[in-house]
Amino acid sequence: MKRLVTGAVAGLAVVLAAACSAPSQSASTGGGSEAPTAAPQSRTLTVLAAASLTESFNSLEKTFEQQNPGVDVKLSYGGSSDLAQQIVNGAPVDVFAAASDATMKTVTDANATASAPSIFATNVLQIATAPGNPKGIASFADLAKPEYKVVVCAPQVPCGAAEVKIEQATKIDVKPVSEETDVKSVLSKVSTGNADAGLVYVTDVNAAKGTVQGVNFPEAAQARTNYPIAVVKNAPQADLAQKWIDLVKGATGTQVLSAQGFGKPAA
Amino acid sequence: MTAATDQRKPDRHEQAVGLPGWVWVPAALAFLLIVAPVAGLLLKADWARMPELLLSDEALSALRLSLETAAMSTVLCILLGGPLAVVLARSRLRGLRFLRSIVLLPLVLPPVVGGLALLYLLGRTGLVGRGLDLAFGITIPFTTAAVVISQTFVALPFLVVALEGALRTAGRRYEAVAATLGASPALAFRRVTVPLVLPGLASGSVLAFARCMGEFGATITFAGSLQGTTRTLPLLVYQARETDADGAVAISLLLVVVAVVVIILGRPRGSEGLT
Repeated sequence: MKRLVTGAVAGLAVVLAAACSAPSQSASTGGGSEAPTAAPQSRTLTVLAAASLTESFNSLEKTFEQQNPGVDVKLSYGGSSDLAQQIVNGAPVDVFAAASDATMKTVTDANATASAPSIFATNVLQIATAPGNPKGIASFADLAKPEYKVVVCAPQVPCGAAEVKIEQATKIDVKPVSEETDVKSVLSKVSTGNADAGLVYVTDVNAAKGTVQGVNFPEAAQARTNYPIAVVKNAPQADLAQKWIDLVKGATGTQVLSAQGFGKPAA
Repeated sequence: MTAATDQRKPDRHEQAVGLPGWVWVPAALAFLLIVAPVAGLLLKADWARMPELLLSDEALSALRLSLETAAMSTVLCILLGGPLAVVLARSRLRGLRFLRSIVLLPLVLPPVVGGLALLYLLGRTGLVGRGLDLAFGITIPFTTAAVVISQTFVALPFLVVALEGALRTAGRRYEAVAATLGASPALAFRRVTVPLVLPGLASGSVLAFARCMGEFGATITFAGSLQGTTRTLPLLVYQARETDADGAVAISLLLVVVAVVVIILGRPRGSEGLT
């Protein structure tokens, strides 16, 4: 029985491996009019990034691909903790950009980064309301009022952890109607009008382009989140990975990030 | 199916003919594909901490919520889906075939899409939800009712399909006999049809209950996630997995146990009802 099992597992592995490698092969041999001179070797840089980085990294992707011909940047966004799990479990990734030190720590603790992570941006929470703020929500304390339907991130994800930190500092007990697993879900609950207010990052409000309105509150500064970035251990494209980090941390990156509302890392 | 096999005479030699050898390889792979991941969960489980993980406040409230909502949704499925199955199996409505394929929609649709559709219908700015909010001050998202609606939406076809199958297999002969003996349609339905399809109804209900217990996509999209109100077991697994892998595995195993119980309860009757 055991032999049968191992044999079958091996068979399955072969099938899966074939299935996984097939697309990249067909992609390179795909175009019929392939000129032999163009792109001697095309390389793919895989970057996993926190969902809040979507707009910034999408714009940096274009810059990077222009600066490095023949390189295709593949970006994958998601909840930081989710992405960290993927990396710890051996996803073939080059760069990881997380939305909190704690999530990056789960990766470094698993010995899955090639270098020490460095902070490239910071972010603060903002209250998101419907455009025009019809309910007149003006402060963090307002979120504790029972007449408002408030949505936050679950404490397990960075945006939720930041919210808990503010609650503890202010002794204000927000009673949310839902704890979402990522910040974009919070945003959509507000932008679809199902929640009166949500706690998201200031950058998410900017990215929502008017479908929600941001309300600043001074307590937010007490829970500033760091965004660390690192080359992943055994990165297939380690040199490109470092180039990507240099771009993000350089003048262009800083400009793109601050345009989205990210703060500069504390010196 | 049964008609085709009835026409043939029982062939004694049939049993002696073996299977082609190659069949075993893909068959074993298919079986492994189902069993191996569950075995992986069992291996990953932290058995020493299992009682503590399963008896945590969060897990218990999610379990209670899951059982309650799945039970309510199953009852709703029977109350609404039962009559629908009767109409599909027995009535002479025009366009019945079209109706039947519409009923299958939640079965084929990704549940997230179902959740989104429910949100745009019953959400606070939705087609019906806006009216409910303005007229009665009722908002459905973020309530346990939203969980029940999501579950009923996705589980309904399971009950309808199982019951319709049972109704068709049972045929109309007994009802016709009851009618010739003077029974009204209502009496014949109650005393003849319902008892005949009871096994099919039972297996359909078990399937629907199982689907409700596992519902995730529609719930998280439409109902949100809050302990004790909307966070059912699958939502808790999804959230725990972010930071507490052991907890997620423990709750997953709990769901596996529920699934196994459902299969044991539903299988013998299920094969009766569905063929």
